[in-house]
Amino acid sequence: MEVKYATDAQLQSIQGKRQMRQEGLRLFWRRLLANKMALYGGLIVLSLCLFVLIAPLLTKYTPLEIDPANRLQPPSSDHWFGTDNFGRDIFTRVVYGGRVSLIVGFASALLTGFIGMVVGLLSAYYRVLDHILMRICDGLLAFPDILLAIAITAVLGPNPVNVIIAITIVKVPAMARIVRSAALVVREQTYIEAIKAQGASAFRIIWGHIAPNVLSPFFVQVTYVFAAAIILEAGLSFLGAGVPAPEPSWGNILYDGKIVIFTAWWMTVFPGIFIVLSVLGLNMLGDGLRDLLDPHTNKAIK
Amino acid sequence: MELAVAEQLENTQKEQPILQVKNLKKYYKISRPFSRQVSYVKAVDDVSFNLYEKKTLGLVGESGCGKSTTGKTIMRLQEPTAGEAYYKGKDLFALKGKELKQMHREIQMIFQDPHSSLNPKKRIGDAVMEPMHIHKIGSSKSERMERALDLLLKVGIRPDQFYRFPHEFSGGQRQRIGLARALAVNPKVIVCDEPVSALDVSIQSQVINLLEEIQESFNLSYLFISHDLSVVRHISDEVAVMYLGHIVELAPTDELFANPLHPYTKALLSAIPIPDPKVKRERIVIKGDVPSPLNPPSGCVFHTRCPFATERCKVEKPILKEAASKHTVACHLYDE
Repeated sequence: MEVKYATDAQLQSIQGKRQMRQEGLRLFWRRLLANKMALYGGLIVLSLCLFVLIAPLLTKYTPLEIDPANRLQPPSSDHWFGTDNFGRDIFTRVVYGGRVSLIVGFASALLTGFIGMVVGLLSAYYRVLDHILMRICDGLLAFPDILLAIAITAVLGPNPVNVIIAITIVKVPAMARIVRSAALVVREQTYIEAIKAQGASAFRIIWGHIAPNVLSPFFVQVTYVFAAAIILEAGLSFLGAGVPAPEPSWGNILYDGKIVIFTAWWMTVFPGIFIVLSVLGLNMLGDGLRDLLDPHTNKAIK
Repeated sequence: MELAVAEQLENTQKEQPILQVKNLKKYYKISRPFSRQVSYVKAVDDVSFNLYEKKTLGLVGESGCGKSTTGKTIMRLQEPTAGEAYYKGKDLFALKGKELKQMHREIQMIFQDPHSSLNPKKRIGDAVMEPMHIHKIGSSKSERMERALDLLLKVGIRPDQFYRFPHEFSGGQRQRIGLARALAVNPKVIVCDEPVSALDVSIQSQVINLLEEIQESFNLSYLFISHDLSVVRHISDEVAVMYLGHIVELAPTDELFANPLHPYTKALLSAIPIPDPKVKRERIVIKGDVPSPLNPPSGCVFHTRCPFATERCKVEKPILKEAASKHTVACHLYDE
């Protein structure tokens, strides 16, 4: 392809950029469509999010509305998922509870990702800091997840914000470890040496050059933390250490249903299905992302 | 003709070197667990040389002899164990903070492996613009872009490739992008760490020619590190031969290739293939392997493999001495 240089070089570069963007986007779509895991996982997560977002349009009840006359009704056209022991509509509680569960999960994943990234990168770059931060991580990793989370919420008090804090504290060490190990590899690359030879500051090296190159394991881990956070939140709420009673979340709907599990199966089955579905969707998305972001398993070139 | 050359030599001798390295040492500490014993790998041991303005100094030697370490230490990518290096009279090893940053503006480096020397997540245009950003060259983004486009064009990268990623380029193109990136800050000295050894032979000549053109138009001095004698012969004004962390011979290129003095240099030169099957020549083959730099031989480091080694070589370390005009060699054979 012959290109004339005579005209404005910047204009040409911008044309090149536009063309490359289009090519890049097309390639990304092709790879996404070829990667069934990421595609279906993403679709499940997306539809769940949409589902809880338009919740008020789907139901004529509110999640706290009690109706003692219609206690423990099995699923019917009036109450799609049945009612609980106070006569509250389970479907309504599941969609509104989904808001809490997904928001807690998402916020925990975001916060964990952010803190894990900072801790991981800093400890990969600074030797002294590495010893300190990694020993703290080791200490946190020594406790079982759920026990540590219960202890933290017990101290802080059970409410959604504290649940997010507890989950973040529990999940940060693993996140930091993954970012650190990826960053240690990147740090030894010649392009890091090259940017040092240009006189770049440590800040620029860490955030401008190491960080972008650890993004793929980072994103994969974030989706896993999202899934794990949903389970952890449900577990905490089930044990009474999470989202407090009247407010619905998938965990405490399960808790309410536990007492009547033999007479009213719908109280445990429906929120259970949603937990499984969201975790499955997120794990599939995570697996798919891992393949998608790893150039060595490029399935679109078939 | 002879006179002119002599005069030129005279001039360079008087000229102040742009980069002066004195007794540079770089030892790596090796300590084994459960042992108090600490030993050192002497990667670079007592290396001195001068690099003159607009000249190229070739640094040759087999792999592991400390050529790259020398380059990286001068760039302060590795901290030296001992020694001094002066750039225009400033002590490079004493620089800190702002001054160190300023130094990186004067001395730049290009690397051996073109596949890993560019950040895979960064568009090549941004990679070339980044050093200008670091050193606040150019007042606006469009000014920097203009300059980056200009530099890329000089090394043969089209403007429409400005926003492409490194993996979309070939090895030779990437090496040229690396050169454009080094040129972005308008340096005076470029340390070329085996810039062509990872490339195809046909691409090598392209890049070498480009390096020569750029040297001419940007008034650069090169410290050219390579193990390829023919490349070094082509590009260098002076050649330093390294063996096991030491410079064993230093001479102007033509002189060195016409009249090698050190037995190691002789062996190296006799290993260059001659593209004529009828030509017979005496091949000097040295026996054995390079001794470990962890435990270098006493006296002359080359005595274990040298065909002319005497008792004296085992005991006494030879120092670099002028054996002929401008031709220094570290060998007892040339002691009067």
